[in-house]
Amino acid sequence: MPHIPHVDYLVLEPAPHLVANQCTSCKARFFDRRNACANCSNTSFEKVDIATEGIVRSFTIVTFAAPGVPVPFVAAVVDCGGTSVRGNVINCDPTPEAVSLGMKVRLTTYSLGSDDNGVEAIGFGFEPA
Amino acid sequence: MATDDIYILGINMTKFGKHPDKDTVDLASAAALAALADGGVTMKDMGVLAAGCLMGGGFIAQQIQKQIGQTGIPAYNVSNACATGATALRTAIMAIKAGECDMGLAVGVEKLAGAGLLGGGGKPKSDGHTWSPSGRFGAVAPTDGRIGTDTMPGTFAQVGMEYGHKYGGASFELFARISEKNHAHSTLNPLAAYTKRMTLEEIMGDLMIAYPNTRAMCSANCDGGAAAVVVSGSKLRTLSKEQQRRAVKVSASVLTTDPYQEACQVLPDVNTLTKIAARKAYEQAGVSPSDLDLVELHDCFATAELVHYDNLMLCEEGGAVDFFNSGATWRDGSTPVNVSGGLESKGHPIAATGIANIWEICHHLRGEAGDRQIEGAKVGLAHVIGLGNACGVHILEKSAL
Repeated sequence: MPHIPHVDYLVLEPAPHLVANQCTSCKARFFDRRNACANCSNTSFEKVDIATEGIVRSFTIVTFAAPGVPVPFVAAVVDCGGTSVRGNVINCDPTPEAVSLGMKVRLTTYSLGSDDNGVEAIGFGFEPA
Repeated sequence: MATDDIYILGINMTKFGKHPDKDTVDLASAAALAALADGGVTMKDMGVLAAGCLMGGGFIAQQIQKQIGQTGIPAYNVSNACATGATALRTAIMAIKAGECDMGLAVGVEKLAGAGLLGGGGKPKSDGHTWSPSGRFGAVAPTDGRIGTDTMPGTFAQVGMEYGHKYGGASFELFARISEKNHAHSTLNPLAAYTKRMTLEEIMGDLMIAYPNTRAMCSANCDGGAAAVVVSGSKLRTLSKEQQRRAVKVSASVLTTDPYQEACQVLPDVNTLTKIAARKAYEQAGVSPSDLDLVELHDCFATAELVHYDNLMLCEEGGAVDFFNSGATWRDGSTPVNVSGGLESKGHPIAATGIANIWEICHHLRGEAGDRQIEGAKVGLAHVIGLGNACGVHILEKSAL
């Protein structure tokens, strides 16, 4: 079955990992399409792989969200080897007892389902390591 | 009074809450007319108008003029998220500082009662079902809820939890106790949207929105307007002794945006720009945090109030938990914070907030705050954060007369 990543900074092959746009001048890292660097205004970037393991630097357990967004879920900021990444903590009970600040997590993927052409979208999250 | 100083001559806020029979123009006009009357002036005296209504679209300033006075003066419609009111005030102050006029009016208004959750969501695809990358992340499906949260309660929950990770001691109960304080304070404020004292158990047992923020720990969506008349020191000298006595000096007026920091595009950094704004404001005013008799800060969520104790340098770096636990920020403490009830209980009609918090400070500096008067208040600070980000900090001082 053909695959497509949920977002373009998730690279599925050879093993799933995130890729950032790194400023060639000041090394600031960004996950979105860039016009220039927010730190130094330089306009050239290179792709860098982000560590797939990290620690939870902050989190919240969202129990009330916009219509169509399944709750509860754990939203977090994960420090992946010095680069901060936004993502959900998954494969883990969404409770304050199960999630903690500083806990070790690793990148994992899951299916978002398939479209009319049989293409499966793959999302990412972080699970307890 | 120095000729180039800026003063609040008149100021007003409407009651915050539900105003089903009034639209934004009614609320803005009521606040503006009352601020003008409070200052003993009229629209004919105004040289500039700056106004904002974040959720209401475009030309609120001209809509206000059409109700209370079309005098042909320049009008600026401003929009800066929750810092919109502070931005309007600062715009009027800048016009006076630039020498374009000697008096100006700033207005902020919002109709938000029953608005529910702010932020988040995303448009589901309507044209069949084919994964197709779009937007700046090349996303094939909405990211809210799958890659973190876009909701305000969830975003600010993480802001508070991050502080806890860095310095420790920030528990669900601690955040709830901050909310308990603000709900208790609001019982003395007749203009607050909610004036009911809530127990810690009630707050912690309320509907969980985004852990650790329950509903009671979130800012209250409501309707409201606020307006301020600002005047130059040289003009104030020509006005009556009574106007001079009630005028409140704007000792510092600062607006900042967030400078780049690692992670700031992953989780909004509401800290750095507040620290910079606070430092600049203390410098401009020539006062130190220990001089402050009261502070109104942007407690859009209980988790946010904690970090701003630190950002505004009310405590030592990393010491916000101990500072709160000492009782310092209750109204009988050493640095009363949000004696109005704050956004959690007074309410948060977005664009009005950045002027309403200044109204609260002025009310105390003028000695007109009634039951909730902080006795002998001489210096106060008002702070707002607009997510995106913008930060407004104003330091106000009692008239020397």
